[in-house]
Amino acid sequence: MGARPRSFYVLAAVFGLFVLFLYGPVLTILILSFQGPGGGLTFPMRGVSLHWFRDLFGPQSIGDIWGAFDRSLYLGLMVMVLTVAFAFLAGLAFRRRFKGATLLFYIAVASLVMPSVVVSLGIGAGFELLGIERTWYTSALGAHLTWTLPFGLLIMFAVFNRFDPSYEEAARDLGASDYQTIRSVVIPIVAPSLIGVALFGFTLSYDELARTSQASGSLNTLPLELQALQTNASTPNIYALGTLTTALSFSVIAIALTVFLILQRRRARLGSDAGKGV
Amino acid sequence: MTRTATSYLQALPLAATFLLFFVLPIGLVAVVSFFDYQTYDILIPDFTFQNYQDVFSSAVTYNTYVITLRFCLVVWAITLCLGFTIAYFLAFHVRSTTWQIVLFLLCTIPFWTSNVIRMIAWIPLLGRNGLVNDGLLALGIVEERQEWLLYSEFAVILGYVHLYTLFMIVPIFNSMMRIDRRLLEAARDAGATGFQTLVNVVLPLCKPGIAIGSIFVVAIVMGDFITVNVLGGGQIASVGKAIATELSYLQFPPAAASAVVLVAITIVMIIGLMRIVDIRKEL
Repeated sequence: MGARPRSFYVLAAVFGLFVLFLYGPVLTILILSFQGPGGGLTFPMRGVSLHWFRDLFGPQSIGDIWGAFDRSLYLGLMVMVLTVAFAFLAGLAFRRRFKGATLLFYIAVASLVMPSVVVSLGIGAGFELLGIERTWYTSALGAHLTWTLPFGLLIMFAVFNRFDPSYEEAARDLGASDYQTIRSVVIPIVAPSLIGVALFGFTLSYDELARTSQASGSLNTLPLELQALQTNASTPNIYALGTLTTALSFSVIAIALTVFLILQRRRARLGSDAGKGV
Repeated sequence: MTRTATSYLQALPLAATFLLFFVLPIGLVAVVSFFDYQTYDILIPDFTFQNYQDVFSSAVTYNTYVITLRFCLVVWAITLCLGFTIAYFLAFHVRSTTWQIVLFLLCTIPFWTSNVIRMIAWIPLLGRNGLVNDGLLALGIVEERQEWLLYSEFAVILGYVHLYTLFMIVPIFNSMMRIDRRLLEAARDAGATGFQTLVNVVLPLCKPGIAIGSIFVVAIVMGDFITVNVLGGGQIASVGKAIATELSYLQFPPAAASAVVLVAITIVMIIGLMRIVDIRKEL
């Protein structure tokens, strides 16, 4: 390892500025959410207080934010569970050739890159024609899955491309059934990646807006509510709400990373008893 | 049970979800685009080309496409340059794997937070009384407060770059990490300068990553209506926003016709990019 070339410092500076660009704006609304009671939507800060957070929890709170928050949370959890389950199963299926595999793969990719407004329009029109009411737990759930499942599937591809099938062969040679092989061999090995899929499933759903727009029916999810509030926001309580929901996203990311690391450690510790004379 | 039957069963939940909530709805958009509509009856089965005639005969359509394609081109160029630079730094200049992971995560974490919040966050910075205006005034760069920073094409482009550069960084970084480091040594041994190595070795090997990133950015910008809504204000109309506006008036058939045209154009652009790359090999 020699001295670093000059280009390193230039690129490091670019990277630093990019990170500032990435986090700076959110940091400003985080600061502004602690605005004093007399403060406005922009700097300067007129004192520091929790006034606007209390305002959110107050009786005359803006819009239906807590209802929207609950809906987004439950929807995110449902999408997370379904994304992990469906993507994992499909990942297993794709390890063997089957007729239609390529078509299904291209449909998944198409679902990922299809403009969200078109997906939303199609689902909305479908429910409208069938005379079924659009709700967040039916049409919006489906709309979210069209967005999270492709990510889940692509992650499972990446995982199974690197998966050594000799573990399963060993399990089968020892007399494990198909179910036992998956339950005791495959799942523990891919568990950290499933945490990754879960993280994508929850956060992408919790923050989804474009595909939800025509699919959520009369009750808003939190991002829809936020977008609606933003257009006529007059007090910093919208920043307080932004700070809270960002804090929730960060907690979810932190939990996912922690569980991921714990599983990695556990695997390193328990993965092999070779040479231990067990 | 045969192996193939197992595969079908395992793929069934995913396939059924895509069929119900993606394939059929998209097909329905194509069907509805030929429907008729009235104020109180928003979907009247019919076979009329009226909606398409309206799309193609309206000057608004051409204007929105000019704006949208301009967004696409500018945002693509900026995110590509920026994404490539960041990925290059992470892949070739950061030497320890731990730091590589930490810095990579630093770039990706915002992806898992709310896009709406990240858009709204620009408002107190770019507004008339925002921080940027304060700074420019204090430094004496401008004489009076600038209005073009927010609710303008500039703000929308800034928002896109802020939100979607990540989609370039990840696939390009992935391509770069697969480059055999001995190739770079060989290039150096053969007398190539750093810049020549970059252009003749690294860049060609990053093509698949660049193509995947470009597909994402192009597809998102072509269909977006939210960034345009939040940061563009009322004046700017992209194709996606025009469709969203029609939908807000419950005009499904004309919105569907616009959507079909949008999808057709986006597909042509993506097929062009797909020729460069086989996505499945890249994972």
